[in-house]
Amino acid sequence: MKKTYKIEVDCANCANLMEGAAYRTKGVKAATVNFMTQKMIVEFEEGSDVRAVMEEVKKACKKVEPDCEIEL
Amino acid sequence: MNRKQRRMLIRILISAAMMIGLQLIPADAFGPMDRYLFPSAGRFIRLALYLMNYLLIGHDILGKAFKGIRNGRVFDENFLMAVATVGAMSLAVCENGDYLEAIAVMVFYQVGEWFQSYAVGKSRRNISELMDIRPDYANMERDGKLVQVDPDEVENGSIIVVRPGEKVPIDGIIVEGSSSLNTSALTGESLPREVMAGDEVISGCINMTGVLKLQTTKEFGESTVSKILDLVENASSRKSKSEDFISRFAKIYTPAVCIGALVLALFPPLVRTLLLGIPADWGVWIYRALTFLVISCPCALVISIPLSFFAGIGGASREGILIKGSNYLESLSKTKYVVFDKTGTLTQGVFEVNGIHHSGMEEEKLIEYAALAECDSSHPISKSLQRAYGKEPDRSRVTDIREISGNGVIAKVDGMEVAAGNGRLMERLKIPYEKCSQAGTIIHMAVNGDYAGHIVISDRIKQDSGAAVSALRAAGIEKTVMLTGDMENVAIQVASQLGIDEVRSELLPGNKVEEIEKLLQEKSAQAKLAFVGDGINDAPVLARADIGIAMGAMGSDAAIEAADVVLMDDNPLKIAKALKISRKCLRIVYQNIILALGVKSLCLILGAAGIANMYLAIFADVGVMVLAVLNAIRCLFVKKL
Repeated sequence: MKKTYKIEVDCANCANLMEGAAYRTKGVKAATVNFMTQKMIVEFEEGSDVRAVMEEVKKACKKVEPDCEIEL
Repeated sequence: MNRKQRRMLIRILISAAMMIGLQLIPADAFGPMDRYLFPSAGRFIRLALYLMNYLLIGHDILGKAFKGIRNGRVFDENFLMAVATVGAMSLAVCENGDYLEAIAVMVFYQVGEWFQSYAVGKSRRNISELMDIRPDYANMERDGKLVQVDPDEVENGSIIVVRPGEKVPIDGIIVEGSSSLNTSALTGESLPREVMAGDEVISGCINMTGVLKLQTTKEFGESTVSKILDLVENASSRKSKSEDFISRFAKIYTPAVCIGALVLALFPPLVRTLLLGIPADWGVWIYRALTFLVISCPCALVISIPLSFFAGIGGASREGILIKGSNYLESLSKTKYVVFDKTGTLTQGVFEVNGIHHSGMEEEKLIEYAALAECDSSHPISKSLQRAYGKEPDRSRVTDIREISGNGVIAKVDGMEVAAGNGRLMERLKIPYEKCSQAGTIIHMAVNGDYAGHIVISDRIKQDSGAAVSALRAAGIEKTVMLTGDMENVAIQVASQLGIDEVRSELLPGNKVEEIEKLLQEKSAQAKLAFVGDGINDAPVLARADIGIAMGAMGSDAAIEAADVVLMDDNPLKIAKALKISRKCLRIVYQNIILALGVKSLCLILGAAGIANMYLAIFADVGVMVLAVLNAIRCLFVKKL
């Protein structure tokens, strides 16, 4: 399943870091951060709890870029 | 400017003012304070003032650096800026010297960050605005009054009203009214299109003259305008190879520069003392190492590339060229082979009477006889004869129609025996006939047993096809190939008229994929192959080619689905235009990569040699980012290509 989230991030490199952080989160199959449109597209693994996974993704992103925001 | 940016700007301005203010007070001016307070109090007060200034501008960087370390991320740009400036401050404390440097570096760095955030935000908004063809409302009639409703709420099959000057919000069929529509937002074509009751209209067009009543045929979310917006907005999520390269590069760049700095700080002084026996000059080398750290942020590189692609895709979409991903924009720029489908792409796909030769009677008369003789047939050829005749055939004039399968028709028209058919029909009737040199379907005519000339029916080549092929050649395309299911002589004639290099004719749809496979093997690995089709029955070919370009796709979902690049109208000149846009965009991407890497490596070398100080380093770093961002925005201007 694929879902798109609105994000807020100021620098392009941070967006790349967020993409990496999201990708490494358990339950995430693929993640793309589009810095220009400020969107994060997350593809979840089958049968994962989207809500819980996204909480983890948000935590992981906050670690690499404390200033970022993900609208869940 | 958002709230965050405004607050940051104020902080930068106050810090800069304080920095300049402090510069006006020389270090000696603090000297007399020692007498009133305690020894070297002046020095401490001076330090405290500068420290305040430093913290005012840099506290968030220090905070982020601290958080980064706590989260196990040591080598990020915040940490490095913190090390560089704290280092410079410490060197200054030891010497009661120049605190300015650390503060100035921090101020410039913050200016750079601020500019990046502002410029990107602004260009993002500008580009989105340019592409904004989203209608805000739909007019619906309720109780005899027009009310504006959210297009999302309009159900399929509802009647909506579009007044002059308004955008068509949802795809539909005109039930009442006629008008001309401006389709330029969708196709880049400025010529208005005339529409009347019964015509289909697609959302995103602007109604120019009359009031239109439409019955919607789709929901808003499924309408053309929503699809296009969705497509363009998400295009930059499909990342190009250059982007991947840069993000991988960025990951190693920062750590590499850090290690370089560490080596620079330790190695030369140790060599000097231990091996050469000269003073180590620790201060000098540490300062040079700190200069390194200032240039360690890969921002200029990382920001300019997605911005270039985003602007390029935005600019192209305004010209009626939808590119479905940054990766396709990139491949498009490397295209060396262009393969065309013939019918509907280079030709209009409409069969027309294109010539009448050797006619013994008036041409109109000949067409009239042909149309009358063929009036019962529903064959496409007969239809084009009827169209050329232009009137409803008077069936009472025609008797004794005999269709001779595979040959033609013999009928009595006005009492005369008219035979219309191919060469075999003439041979069968033993009438000598003239062979035609022109390609197409030939209809020989005989009246009362005498040869009366022949009519050539062929597909008409689009007006701009020839220009499109030469424009492609001028743009550096190595080979153009035409694939068609049509007969060989027709194909060869069209190809030679247009200047196409190779022709593969009499192909079944499945053969087209095979031909593409062959061409893909023939070309070199870097060169890309683009296939241009009308997107209706060539989806497998579009998918097999490196880049599938569908044209004339306005309103055709299947084509938009199957292709990588969608040309909204059916003008073949747009192919060359798309190619030029992609080349320009990629040129800018490479310029930016070279510019940023070049300036950074130059700074690193000059910094290591002690020629560039920290000011120069930060100036170069911020400056190159500003230049790269401005350069990237040039991708948007593609109208005159």
